[in-house]
Amino acid sequence: MPISPDLLDLQATIEAHARAFGLDFFEIRYEMLDYRMINQVAAYDGFPTRYAHWRFGMEYERLSKSYAYGLHRIYEMVINTDPCYAYLMASNQRVDQKLVMAHVCGHSDFFKNNLWFAHTNRRMLDEMANHATRVRRHIERHGLEKVEDFIDACLSLDNLIDVHAAGIRRRPAPEPEAETPEAYAVRRLPAKGYMDAFINPPEFLAEQHKKQAEAEQQRQHFPPEPERDVLLFLLEHAPLENWQRDVLDIIREEAYYFAPQRQTKIMNEGWASFVHTHLMTEKVMMPDELIDYAEHHSGTVAAHPGRLNPYKLGLELFRDIEDRWNRGAFGPEYEACADQRTRQEWDKKLELGRQKVFDVRRIYNDVGFVDEFLTEDFARQHKLFTFAYNEDTGSYEIASRDFQEIKKRLLFQLTNFGQPLVEIVDANHENRGELYLVHRFEGVDLDLPFARDTLRNLYKVWGRPAHIETPTEAEDRLLFSHGPGGGTRRKLS
Amino acid sequence: MILSIEQDASRFRKIVRGAVRRNLRKYISNGELIGRRGKDLVSIPVPQIELPHFRFGNGQGGVGQGDGEVGTPLGPGEPADGGGQAGNQPGSHILEVELTLQELVELLGEELGLPRIQPKSKSQIEGQITRYNGLRRAGPEGLRHFKRTYREALKRQVISGAYDYQKPAILPIHDDKRYRSWKTYPRPENNAVIFYMMDVSGSMTQRKKELVRLTAFWIDAWLTAHYPQLATRYLVHDAAAHEVDAHTFYHVRESGGTCISSAYQLCRDIIRQDYPAQDWNIYAFHFSDGENFGDDDDRRCMELLSQELLPQANLFGYGQVQSAAGRQFFDTLSAIQDEKLVRAKIGEDEDIYSAIKTFLGRGA
Repeated sequence: MPISPDLLDLQATIEAHARAFGLDFFEIRYEMLDYRMINQVAAYDGFPTRYAHWRFGMEYERLSKSYAYGLHRIYEMVINTDPCYAYLMASNQRVDQKLVMAHVCGHSDFFKNNLWFAHTNRRMLDEMANHATRVRRHIERHGLEKVEDFIDACLSLDNLIDVHAAGIRRRPAPEPEAETPEAYAVRRLPAKGYMDAFINPPEFLAEQHKKQAEAEQQRQHFPPEPERDVLLFLLEHAPLENWQRDVLDIIREEAYYFAPQRQTKIMNEGWASFVHTHLMTEKVMMPDELIDYAEHHSGTVAAHPGRLNPYKLGLELFRDIEDRWNRGAFGPEYEACADQRTRQEWDKKLELGRQKVFDVRRIYNDVGFVDEFLTEDFARQHKLFTFAYNEDTGSYEIASRDFQEIKKRLLFQLTNFGQPLVEIVDANHENRGELYLVHRFEGVDLDLPFARDTLRNLYKVWGRPAHIETPTEAEDRLLFSHGPGGGTRRKLS
Repeated sequence: MILSIEQDASRFRKIVRGAVRRNLRKYISNGELIGRRGKDLVSIPVPQIELPHFRFGNGQGGVGQGDGEVGTPLGPGEPADGGGQAGNQPGSHILEVELTLQELVELLGEELGLPRIQPKSKSQIEGQITRYNGLRRAGPEGLRHFKRTYREALKRQVISGAYDYQKPAILPIHDDKRYRSWKTYPRPENNAVIFYMMDVSGSMTQRKKELVRLTAFWIDAWLTAHYPQLATRYLVHDAAAHEVDAHTFYHVRESGGTCISSAYQLCRDIIRQDYPAQDWNIYAFHFSDGENFGDDDDRRCMELLSQELLPQANLFGYGQVQSAAGRQFFDTLSAIQDEKLVRAKIGEDEDIYSAIKTFLGRGA
């Protein structure tokens, strides 16, 4: 349902303030939804039309129950499209709608300007509807059970994408196979005849020879480089039927579409909160709305024990950056200063803060953001800690307040969405067309029962046996395999 | 309005209930949300299915924020990205939130059904409902629709230019008049009746009656959820039988001797009077502790069953609760060989579900 003329006026006012603040966002279109509709849209990740799948229903049930018991309510939803669609909850008070609109301006600005979103399809609304139609067609033709089963198998692999690729990668058409170079001549450094023996000594030539032989071997390896975009590899090389390929393509496209949002959760929410606090407190809030505003704002940025609220962390980091750059509290001179008091009172009156936060919101993602701007002072000030599971007491306990520990932990949590790095190293393992994956160990074991089941799904898609090599803390390296005879596990020496 | 996601949601519920996609069963976890109702914390069950992924093992910890020394526990429940809201203090008592009856009935499963239910002489039992929800141009003045008539008149005057906004007189002429009209809809009538009979004699202890009531209640709940148009009758008996309403059936305390045949006789009489077998699907359930007064009455029961009730009924279920040693009605009934007669023993709460399944299992 479109919003009332009254709210449209409000929108115009807020957007004018937002532009004056320096934001640059897509045209925003608001829709007013009741709680059932907004739960539905939220379950669909913000898109009113998604393909039929039980997991959306699962999320809907959870949201509905938690709404019914007053555990949460969704104030707004906004999606990364152009024009930008945002949903308002019909039961919100007017002050909430103000807050939400200011918040949405921040999100839309972030979507438009942050580099990690540059590649995303801004017409995803249409694309999602197309996906729904395609899946429906496959279901009609091949049956719900069969298609759903395959979707589940693909979803089980949907974190195996290359998040460091700039967005969804569609490979360029393969280069025409170069003619095999005739018995590759060993590369020599250019030298005049009388210097040749010195510039290209035999050892050097032998080394070059070896290198080229290795390169040649590499070329014959399949895939030539370890492949992190497992979904792409399957799409290109797995023996799938057309409808299966289409389903896989849909899952992969959506995974890449949502990836930047997972990569910038802290920044995105932090930025939107940063924006709404400024707009609300400086411009649009009426005096009598103060209490309601304060309550709802503090609700969103509340710090719960034992969990990090991305709204809170992001907002405080942006504020800290603004403050430090205003004071000129950065650079080698500041870093070298060890005196706590001087640091606190450091003020060069640079007033670069506003400029800096706008730059930051453009070029960082969460990993860079935290790595660059989470300082020791900040961690102490905001009482950050790491926690771990204590088996003796059976509960989670604060493990450390050491800054390095905290940062390491947090970065680990953010890198690759906190997902293990898994690559395809060989798609023709032992020359039998078997798929060989390696888990790049970073100190934490895989969830082994789950890994085994994921492997079964991989086997289902690949059609030939699949293996994953994973190091564990306890035993050196384990190899899980899944083939027609079921799954096996053995130790690698 | 029905949301498009309802389809996904019902698919999900089916998977959780195990009706379809059994290969997903192992991934179902019984998640819960911790909610608050008044002063109490309540646990709200939210089953979740998590598809397998390559992911890190559990218990890795994370980063948090707040006061506390190293070693301070964060309290039970999931920290980090747990599904639930935090806000549960250690040591507080958590209550299970009751499911709605509808949810529980669904949990009973989809493999149940009324066995051998048949369409019975539709033409006779279908009634008609009359609804005034249409309009027509002719009719009695008493049914004139003033608003619509007025609107037509206004429309006509505006179109013809006769409408003068300074002197707005709307005068309906004959053609403007609209009258309410009715349509008749066929009304499907009850075509199944359920009898619940319970022994309330002295030997039926509170516990036994409770078992009976639980069983009857669940059968009742399941049936009314799935067959909304059922007729139900409740009979209780000790040495004599009489009909009661549902509330009494579930709450009555009586004592006295036991004469099962009295209930069967009453049941037969009611059927004769109100539910001719050619028009009705008849289901009867009888619960007792297996004690009956004398061989004579047993014989009388067998006679009533095999000659009167079974030929007319689609199903006759006999449930025997916590039977004492000795002569049991359960065994007496085994003399009757008829697939319409179903017997079940209910010893403890756990047996209730299997009893219901015995009674209402498809193709039983």
